[in-house]
Amino acid sequence: MKNQGTTNRPDNTAFDQQRLPAWQPVLSAGIVIPGFLLVGLAFIGIGVALFVTSRSIQVLENDYTGTGSSVHCSECVNPKTTPCTCQLNFSLSALFQGPVFLYYGLSNYFQNVRGYGSLRRPSSSCAPYQYDQNTTIAPCGSVANSMFNDTFTLYQLVNATRKTVPLDGKGIAWWTDYNIKFRNPPEVDGSLAAAFNGTVKPVNWPKPVYDLDPTNPANNGFLNQDFLVWMRTAALPDFWKLYRRITEGEYASGLPAGNYTLEIQYNYPVANFAGRKSVIFSNTSWMGGKNQFLGIAYLVTGSLCVVMSAVMLIVYAKFNSPDEDF
Amino acid sequence: MREQLGFDPPHQSDTRTVYIANHFPQHGHYVPQRFADNRIISSKYTVWNFVPKNLFEQFRRIANFYFLIIFLVQLMIDTPTSPVTSGLPLFFVITVTAIKQGYEDWLRHKADNEVNGAPVFVVRSGSLVQTRSKSIRVGDIVRVAKDETFPADLVLLSSDRISGTCHITTASLDGETNLKTHCAVPETAVCQTASKLEGLQAMVECQQPEADLYRFVGRLTVKQNEEEIVRPLGPENLLLRGARLKNTREIFGVAVYTGMETKMALNYKSKSQKRSAVEKSMNTFLIIYLGILLLEATLSTILKYAWQANSQWDEPFYNRKTEQEKNSSQILKFISDFLAFLVLYNFIIPISLYVTVEMQKFLGSFFIGWDLDLYHEESNEKAQVNTSDLNEELGQVEYVLTDKTGTLTENEMQFRECSINGIKYQEINGRLVPEGMTDDLLGESSPHLQLHSQQVFGTLLRLSSEEELFLKAVSLCHTVQISYDQTDGLGKSFPQANGSSPHMEYYASSPDEKALVEATKRMGVTFTGIKGENMEIKTFGRLEKYKLLHVLEFDANRRRMSVLLQAPSGVKLLFTKGAESSILPYAISGSIEKTKLHVDEFAMKGLRTLVVACRRFSSEEYEEVDRRLHEARTALQHRDERLAEAFDFIERDLELLGATGVEDKLQEKVQETIEALCLAGIKVWVLTGDKQETAVSVSLSCGHFHRTMNILELVQQKSDSECTDQLRKLARRIREDHVIQHGLVVDGVSLSLALRGQEKLFMEVCKSCTAVLCCRMAPLQKAKVVRLLKTSPEKPITLAVGDGANDVSMIQEAHVGIGIMGKEGRQAVGNSDYAIARFKFLAKLLLVHGHCYYIRIATLVQYFFYKNVCFITPQFLYQFFCLFSQQTLYDSVYLTLYNICFTSLPILVYSLFEQLVQPHVLQSKPALYRDISKNSLLSMKTFLCWTLMGFGHAFFFFFGCYLLMHEDTSLMGNGQMFGNWTFGTLVFTVMVITVTLKLALETHFWTWMNHFVTWGSIAFYFIFSFFYGGILWPFLHTQDMYCVFVELLSSGSVWFAIIVIVISCLVPDIIKKVFYRHLWPTSTQMSQLIEGDSGVSCVDSMCCFSEGERQHSWVGQAMERTLGRWDPTRISRSWRTSDPFYPSDRSILTLSSMEASHC
Repeated sequence: MKNQGTTNRPDNTAFDQQRLPAWQPVLSAGIVIPGFLLVGLAFIGIGVALFVTSRSIQVLENDYTGTGSSVHCSECVNPKTTPCTCQLNFSLSALFQGPVFLYYGLSNYFQNVRGYGSLRRPSSSCAPYQYDQNTTIAPCGSVANSMFNDTFTLYQLVNATRKTVPLDGKGIAWWTDYNIKFRNPPEVDGSLAAAFNGTVKPVNWPKPVYDLDPTNPANNGFLNQDFLVWMRTAALPDFWKLYRRITEGEYASGLPAGNYTLEIQYNYPVANFAGRKSVIFSNTSWMGGKNQFLGIAYLVTGSLCVVMSAVMLIVYAKFNSPDEDF
Repeated sequence: MREQLGFDPPHQSDTRTVYIANHFPQHGHYVPQRFADNRIISSKYTVWNFVPKNLFEQFRRIANFYFLIIFLVQLMIDTPTSPVTSGLPLFFVITVTAIKQGYEDWLRHKADNEVNGAPVFVVRSGSLVQTRSKSIRVGDIVRVAKDETFPADLVLLSSDRISGTCHITTASLDGETNLKTHCAVPETAVCQTASKLEGLQAMVECQQPEADLYRFVGRLTVKQNEEEIVRPLGPENLLLRGARLKNTREIFGVAVYTGMETKMALNYKSKSQKRSAVEKSMNTFLIIYLGILLLEATLSTILKYAWQANSQWDEPFYNRKTEQEKNSSQILKFISDFLAFLVLYNFIIPISLYVTVEMQKFLGSFFIGWDLDLYHEESNEKAQVNTSDLNEELGQVEYVLTDKTGTLTENEMQFRECSINGIKYQEINGRLVPEGMTDDLLGESSPHLQLHSQQVFGTLLRLSSEEELFLKAVSLCHTVQISYDQTDGLGKSFPQANGSSPHMEYYASSPDEKALVEATKRMGVTFTGIKGENMEIKTFGRLEKYKLLHVLEFDANRRRMSVLLQAPSGVKLLFTKGAESSILPYAISGSIEKTKLHVDEFAMKGLRTLVVACRRFSSEEYEEVDRRLHEARTALQHRDERLAEAFDFIERDLELLGATGVEDKLQEKVQETIEALCLAGIKVWVLTGDKQETAVSVSLSCGHFHRTMNILELVQQKSDSECTDQLRKLARRIREDHVIQHGLVVDGVSLSLALRGQEKLFMEVCKSCTAVLCCRMAPLQKAKVVRLLKTSPEKPITLAVGDGANDVSMIQEAHVGIGIMGKEGRQAVGNSDYAIARFKFLAKLLLVHGHCYYIRIATLVQYFFYKNVCFITPQFLYQFFCLFSQQTLYDSVYLTLYNICFTSLPILVYSLFEQLVQPHVLQSKPALYRDISKNSLLSMKTFLCWTLMGFGHAFFFFFGCYLLMHEDTSLMGNGQMFGNWTFGTLVFTVMVITVTLKLALETHFWTWMNHFVTWGSIAFYFIFSFFYGGILWPFLHTQDMYCVFVELLSSGSVWFAIIVIVISCLVPDIIKKVFYRHLWPTSTQMSQLIEGDSGVSCVDSMCCFSEGERQHSWVGQAMERTLGRWDPTRISRSWRTSDPFYPSDRSILTLSSMEASHC
């Protein structure tokens, strides 16, 4: 039985009656045509700026695989010739604006395959490089084991004498990787080597982890910049990794015009997977290295918007539907 | 001994024997029967079985099961993602559902406990003992006091009245609010105290429990002085659980059915298992996506092996295989690779789709109940939602099949005309006036005269004997009850001796009867009630007592009812009234022909007709009749058949007295509603049990048939061949004359003939008719028509509306069943999916709510599939760049949270609040309903459109980011490089923004909540990512994501890339929308434009003012809108008189008085 005292009358609120105040935009020509025009022009502007910025960036890339079309370092291709040092000569006709970054590039190299990084299941995250004859490998895993170990030294030829260009190895890895994410085991008796007692070096490495950088004791163990750079696995099979920065002394403002020699310790084998190695000099702008894509993308999208707004205008003028009276 | 302990199989016999007060016989081999206890259990779960039972029920769902399988696969084999990624969303979905179901069950438990623990009084060893409801056993004598509900099904033993009668109302069972008299057999009626009852030696034999509320067959055997007296028991002796005692101080009854065996419990409805068209398309889409998933996984597996055939890819020096990988068998590896790909891509099946859809339906359905426009002030009833599964089906209706009485009409009967002995009379001012005398009477009826008309005419103008007999017959032949207001029920049921109490009110289960008894009262023959065995009437103040001998109740097969009375003169009389087809054939005297003519005339005017007849019995005849009736009534087997036989024997050789014509007023705005439905492209069929003439005239008056329509008839067909011929003829006529609209009238018999042989032809004829009217339909025939429509080749969506028990089968059969809360009880409402108070509310329910729900859910479903394609396709594309090694592109946490956190709320809020067009516009332009008919927003074409767009967007995300990164150069000013997680996070960021903005583009109704969740979701993604990447999480074994997001966003190029990729994803979509809107606008879009034309549309009221000037430029308006400036004085009228669609404005339909007063 209904209770006579109470009423079933629903509340007359905007929410209950679905009458909430609401903004009801309509995608009509009046908004879209000027909107597209504005967005298009803005994009074209940005695109031009990006394109020009990108064009101003200098890149010098040299393949030194030694096979195929590459002429450099062909003497080192034979794996028996180890250690092998080869030289790569180049000349700059104008100042290479600084700061200059030195990259090494690998192609056909799949750092992103599952099982390469620490992407296996937790129990065997380092297999097959967890143990070497039952002794723990430090650092373990395929990535560490396959660390890139070619080294580069840059000389400027001034009056037929080789003048070393100082290469700065600091700050090539992410700040957080170096300072927070990775930690060395606590030093035993002030010695990093003792901290790694009971572990062995990765199979492919020539020297143990605490001895990676003999020149700088603070750049050893897991906290080695080159190691950290290598450990940040690349997303795509062709990648560059930062090797050094040229920021010191007279080269801080860039590499002046002249002849240079890059001396390469050729250690890293790429032949068996048809990979290629290269070395790259590049400078950057605020937007990073040379990147044509962004400028082109903005230009294309921008002009598309402008063209479409023109097309829409024509369509509207021609096919003005009778129901619209704006 | 064993048998006595109850080890025998429980009650296999057709009857159960109940010993009153459990006085079992002392002798013989008595076998105690076992009965259920009086506990009502409506809950589904107990504390113990909740977890297993609920899990089992949930995993019976195919989608949940699928995710369980994926989860198990992840646990078993080496898969690219951790089991958490699919386990957590699954857990979330299962938990949300379990909480909802657990809560509902807890409510049921609470209600059960309350009911089962209610205090009741039971007679135990001669005294009243208070106990709990659940401990009542079969055989217990229960005392029930006034206004209490009965705790079990009781056979009435005695009441505080000597006669052993009591009044009850069964409103909570069937909604009938009239008082019903139930009575005890005389032998037990004298036992009015507990001690007397203790001495009662009696036994009840009755049938086993069954659900039919109106059927009870049993007998009571009382032992008095070593003599066994047997009395029949029928429904009038049974007090049903749930009914309430009225007007009676207390009763005693013996429990015969308890707990779950009571008729009320047996009538618990299992929820309707109807599935909406949207759900069906959803399942189709799921299967298509499953196909895509399998295809992608197979392709990836094959490519993986094709690629790895070359050893330089398979095992380069830098990535040696583990021993385990080398040694496992090739086939096992292949299978596990396939499964791994399956797991990698499994998110393409949207896991949270079901839970979101369920939440949307559950929450969204509240809007129907809350709608003021669906609230009926007079009856204090608001719309009621019995199932939320079918909300969107309301927007898809193609056929409305409606009952007539109580649905189109008020079911409020008003006596208009009658025919007595071949003379037609009309009621004018409470006076019967023969036809032709109308004019002079109207002339002399002054207000003063009218006031006293009853007395004046009563004394001045004596009625002829025929008239008097007719009026007496009408006032005696019924089952009307009388209730006196302010009756305290303490033995003073009939307080005033003169009987003309102003508080007297008639209660009848049939509104026709009530109207007739009230009419005779106005004319001077007043029924004043039943006292003891006598029916009393006052003929112009003179009291006459008729002894009520038997009532031959109404049933749908006989279509008549009778009373057997002994007149004061001692003559035994039978009065019968019923449908003319069930009385006229049995009439042997009276002016049959004329009456027949008059009945047809009444029907033409749309009146409901009843024919009244009588028969006189000699005392020998009566004895025969009495004996037959008694035999039939006490029979335990085939009682119904034997009763029908006995009734047929009695109701014949009748003397025709006359006929009555009762008007059933049309409900408000029925015509407008039907017209609106027609404009919306919905075909309306009326299915009624009424006569053809009545039905046609109502059809015409409510606008279902138009005067201009060509009415085709398929009636009174006798044979299959005749029917087929007629059908062919009709089909030809329709073909020849297709300019004019056609209406079709079919009657029940012809329908069953047509359905037997010529179903196809019949459907063809029906479909080319604008309106179809089926009359003389039995309830099951109504359901059959619905099924016929449902199963016809086009498979249209049907909606059935009805208010009575005879509409239940049709309501259950149709895709959507609507119950009208009318005067014919609650059965239709209880069995319906939605219940509304008036037929006119149907327009708003379908045109507004249906439309909104449909577009909401359709977009919801499409969007879900879209966003999951966007989500997983980049993952698939990435495999081409990582040697198909199953490397994931996104981090596990992002994989897990994408569907449940980052993209879930905007679509949920959208699907609750979206309105493409404002409700009042929808209602004033029914044609907008056509835009969404035939499930158009979920057609294969639109689905493919969305899916392709999903793929397209995914390509944009992936290759946009790829092109940005593949030049290998640094994206940061400090020359440092990004890794693979940065790449994945960039794709993911672009995706979250695009997918959210895509929904923003679809949103047309931006409430503050939409703004909040849309921008909030994007903001949440950024905040979460900062947080997630900002901490070295101790429980994660890899810290892949540490600082990735911060480093990513510290690059200016990345910001530019995000902007350009997002924009270029959305631009084609906007262009497409704009072009379609301009070149091929749907009427929905056109009405949006008219709405939008006026800048800010009117929001808070239907009453809007005209905007004088429109000098704002478009940009200016856009600016204003974006700034959210909203000025009530600028609100403009949302549709103008220059409305291009329909010249007539039908917005009046449900403008409530409140809103009207504003205008």
